[in-house]
Formats: sequence, C-alpha cells, structure tokens
Amino acid sequence: MLLCGLHAPTPFAALSIEITEGTESALPVAVVPFAASGAPVDMSAVINADLQRTGYFKMLDQQAMPAQPSTLQEVNFKDWQAANQNYMVVGKVSPNGAQYDIQFQLLDVYKSGQLMGYRMTSSSNDLRRTAHHISDLIFEKLTGKKGSFSGRIAYITTSGGGHQLQVADADGFNPQTVASSTEPLMSPSWSPDGKRIAYVSFEHKSAAIYIQVLANGQRERVAEFPGINGAPAWSPDGTRLALTLSKDGSPDIYVLNLASRALLKLTKGYSIDTEPSWSPDGRSIVFTSDKGGKPQLYLVPSQGGEEKRLTFSGGYNSRGSFSPDGKYLAMVHGNGNDYRIGLMELASRTINVLTSGPDDESPSFAPNGGMILYASKKGGTAFLSAVSIDGKMQQKLVFSSGEVREPAWSP
Amino acid sequence: MKLKPTLWAITCSALLLTACGDTEEKDPSFLDGNQQSGIKDASTSGLNNDAGINGSAMGGSLPNGGRSANLGPEFSDPNNPLSKRIVYFMLDSSQVLQDFVPVVAAHAQYLIANPSQHVVLEGNSDERGSREYNIALGEKRAKSVAEMMKIQGVSESQLSIVSYGEEKPAVSGNDESAWEQNRRVEITYQGQ
Repeated sequence: MLLCGLHAPTPFAALSIEITEGTESALPVAVVPFAASGAPVDMSAVINADLQRTGYFKMLDQQAMPAQPSTLQEVNFKDWQAANQNYMVVGKVSPNGAQYDIQFQLLDVYKSGQLMGYRMTSSSNDLRRTAHHISDLIFEKLTGKKGSFSGRIAYITTSGGGHQLQVADADGFNPQTVASSTEPLMSPSWSPDGKRIAYVSFEHKSAAIYIQVLANGQRERVAEFPGINGAPAWSPDGTRLALTLSKDGSPDIYVLNLASRALLKLTKGYSIDTEPSWSPDGRSIVFTSDKGGKPQLYLVPSQGGEEKRLTFSGGYNSRGSFSPDGKYLAMVHGNGNDYRIGLMELASRTINVLTSGPDDESPSFAPNGGMILYASKKGGTAFLSAVSIDGKMQQKLVFSSGEVREPAWSP
Repeated sequence: MKLKPTLWAITCSALLLTACGDTEEKDPSFLDGNQQSGIKDASTSGLNNDAGINGSAMGGSLPNGGRSANLGPEFSDPNNPLSKRIVYFMLDSSQVLQDFVPVVAAHAQYLIANPSQHVVLEGNSDERGSREYNIALGEKRAKSVAEMMKIQGVSESQLSIVSYGEEKPAVSGNDESAWEQNRRVEITYQGQ
C-alpha cells in the first residue's frame, strides 16, 4: 500500500553536517556574520557551511575575524589582508513588513573592492533557500563553475517499518516525504527539468516503475511487466527512460519512449544487465553486466549497437554514472568485502578510489560535477556522504534515525 | 569541524531577487521560485485520494512463511522438509546448494500433489554491492529454485517470482552471519 503526498510533516530527522576530511590548499574566504535583527535563519552560517563543504575554500573562524563589518564601507581591508584572507562576504538582513531585505557583498581583499553585490527580498520561510542561492552566486563568481547549493536531493529512508521517498535541500535540510509505502521503494531518478522523479515501488508486491510529479504528487505507472522493473534513468532530453526489465528471462536494458511508450531493447543474452545511466549527450548508456562472470561496466549506444566493456580492474564494478561533463564515470568499486566509490577518467580508463568503504553505494554527481553524493554504512548505521571528485573533501549528512540510502542529486 | 545548524521548516513561495544598482546585473527570474514551490504542494495534494492508500501494513516477509495459515501440520513438523521454507545461497551465486535440494524437492512434490496451491519465490541478497544489481541477483536465485521445481513437474502456473534484492533483509547486521542469512529465497505459500 502506498501513500503519496503525505501531509503529515516529515519528522525533522535530519541532521548535522560533519566535515570529515578537509584540504590544505583551499582559498581563504571569510564570511562575516551578517548584521541581522531577529531573522529566524543565520544566513551567513548557511553560506559559510555551503562554501566550506565544497573543499574549494578555507573558511575563517568567526573568532579569528578582526572585525564584523556588514557593508563594504565598514571594511578596513588592511586588517583582512593581515588575516591572510583572499575574499570576504559581508551582508545584512533586515525585516521589511512580513518579508526580509537581504543585502550581501563579495569583496576582493587584496584589490580592496567589491566583486559582486546583491540586494534581495525573501519571506521568512525562504531565508535558508535564499542563503543557498547566495552561495551559488559566490561559488560561481570565485570558481567560474556553477554552484550546487540550491538544488535538492531525493533519497529513500526506512523508518517505522515503512519506506519513504524523500526530497530535501542539497544540504539535507527540510526533508519532505513525497511517497511512502510499507513495501520497498527504490532507485529515484530526477527528470532533467527537476520536476518529476521516476522510482521503483513494490507496493503491489511486485516491482513497478512510477513517474511522479513533485508539484502535485500525481503519478503514472510506466512499467509493470512480469519480473524486474528497475533502475529507471531519465535521458538528458527528458523524452525517454532507460530501465531494466526481465520480462524475456534475464534482466536487460531497455529504453522506453515516454510519449509513444515504445520499448527499445538494448541488451540480450543470459547475463544480468542492469543499472543504465545516460551519457550527457544522450548517445550512450553505461550499464552493469555480469556477462564476463563478475559485474563490470559496459557501454552501449542508446539507439542500440555494439557493447564495449569499460572496466577491467577490480572484481566488482557497478552502477556507473556519468559526470555532467561526460569525462568521468562514478561507480561502486568492490574488492572482496570492500565496496567503495570509484571514479574513472574515461580518457585514461584509470580508476581513483574516492571513499573508504566498506559498504559505499549509489554515487550521484552534483549538477556542477564537483562532488559525488553516495550512501554509506558504518557500524550498523546508514547515512549519506558527499566527496569532492578529487577525494580531498568528505562530508557526512547525519540523519538521526532510520536508514537513509540511494541519494539522487537534482539537476 | 562540526556544524549543527538549526532546522527551519520552509514553505515555498516566490523569491524575489533584484540586483544592486552599482553591481552586475542578473536576470531577476533567476530565482523565480518555480523549482522550489512544488514539493510542498506534493505533501498537501495529489495521491491522498488514491484508492490504494488506506491499506494496513502487510509487514515484511516472516522468516517461516507465516502467511500460510491454511497449510497442513507437516509444515510445522521440524522433521519434515516442508517445515523449511528458506533456501540459502553462497556469495554472488544463484546455485541451489546440495543441502537445500531436499527442501526444494519436498515443496515441489507438495505442489504437484496440491495443484491448487501457489507459491511466491521471493529472492533476496545480502547488503553488499549495488542495489539494482542485487535485485537481479535475487531474481536469479528465485529462478533457480523455480527451475528446479519445474524440472520435477511443478506447473509454472503454481509459481510466481519476485526479487527484493537487499531491500528486505531477514536480519540486520553487517557481518558474515547476517549476510549468510540474507542471501536466500523464501518459499511463500499464498493463502487459500
């Protein structure tokens, strides 16, 4: 039995964010606490945490700040140069009726001037999201790359004997249950426009794939064949869904045209073929197959064609997913009892192991390609972690109860 | 460093962004709120009216096929192989081990003698590796048991297969003992 659009507020089970590993070569940035009278969210703290967990920046502790200016005019740049800061962020939040006016400025400490400044208005309830958007703006200005702070993550939880599909902010805050069932839910996949999620539900005691509209909770069953209906993956243009069906015997990769409902079968044979994932150009699909005896990653043209084996090192490589630039594949890389997140550079085919295991799975790239979100288990608890693609920065999203798994970062 | 920010419930409404006059211009629609307005609506509308909603919990699979209330006493006699309804497997393998051949055979004979009976073979895996691959592995195990039953003469119409992969562990735990107990096919008789 399935409950969708559950109205009962999701218990705010989340969350603390632990930075478990950092890097020394990061850019020094000071986010000065915003001058804020009575704002319910400490926006500068949210921005500070966002920037910190990218691994690109070394954030200045509040205690080490020479002063707490809130506008460019109040800044004595010499003090901040002496504190070895390259950049700083100042701002203020002031109530304006039922709204808040927010102003922030990103300053170049050595050039003693402003790089960027915005004034914006937000409702009290949107202050946290607004802070994430500010983080995106700052990140893009400083790195030239898009930020991933204002996106969302979908994931599956198990608590109270039931299974939930939840959607939260990218930092794990504000979790909301969008589907709930006493039977397992699996494999959430975002549509490229971020408005729909495809997932697997066992609510009828067999597997089926649904597409649910987040805005209204309405959903449609798109696959319920005999056997496995699994691993939905949206094509980059949003018109097709790659999936795994075992209706003909063994699990094979198919592409479902969402408009015509036509099915294109891409793999055949007696092996397990599953976990399709699209290349960003939509031309290829990576999938897991045990046709060589052990699970390894293969590539097949999305219109059908010859398969090519991609991974050879390690006894277990599965659940590949392309980086947004198409240059890397993240995967579950297993050796013996140890399963970690591996990152393969497609040009050289070398695999870097990014995480410490022993049971890491479900890697999902941030939309800017800079971080990989994955599920991990340690000491009997299941949680989500994120690692920068150079492996130098690790963060852990700690949920207070229940098992959390299968994260998917929204586009 | 450990950060513990406070949580805030967010309801979503349009967010307005205007650039400061003396700074760079951005498209004000950048934060038009369309993306973030949806999810809260999903919590308040949508499938709440769906007919499938108000069912009671079915619970997970009981370790001993607890739904088969109408089965005969032989199913609870520990000396009868019919009392065993779980077939265990080696790591990454779907081969029915010698120890479980008599168990599968006993259920096959029972099904042949009772053609109105129907079983669901529920394939499962341990927690290691990726989840959809484990779904495939669980199905392969259930199909091995089904094949063995069919070879002995059980009608295909008496058998259904579902794989839960690692989604319905029999026991929780991250050690070899837990993994062994989770790599299994449960033979579940449907209520008559």
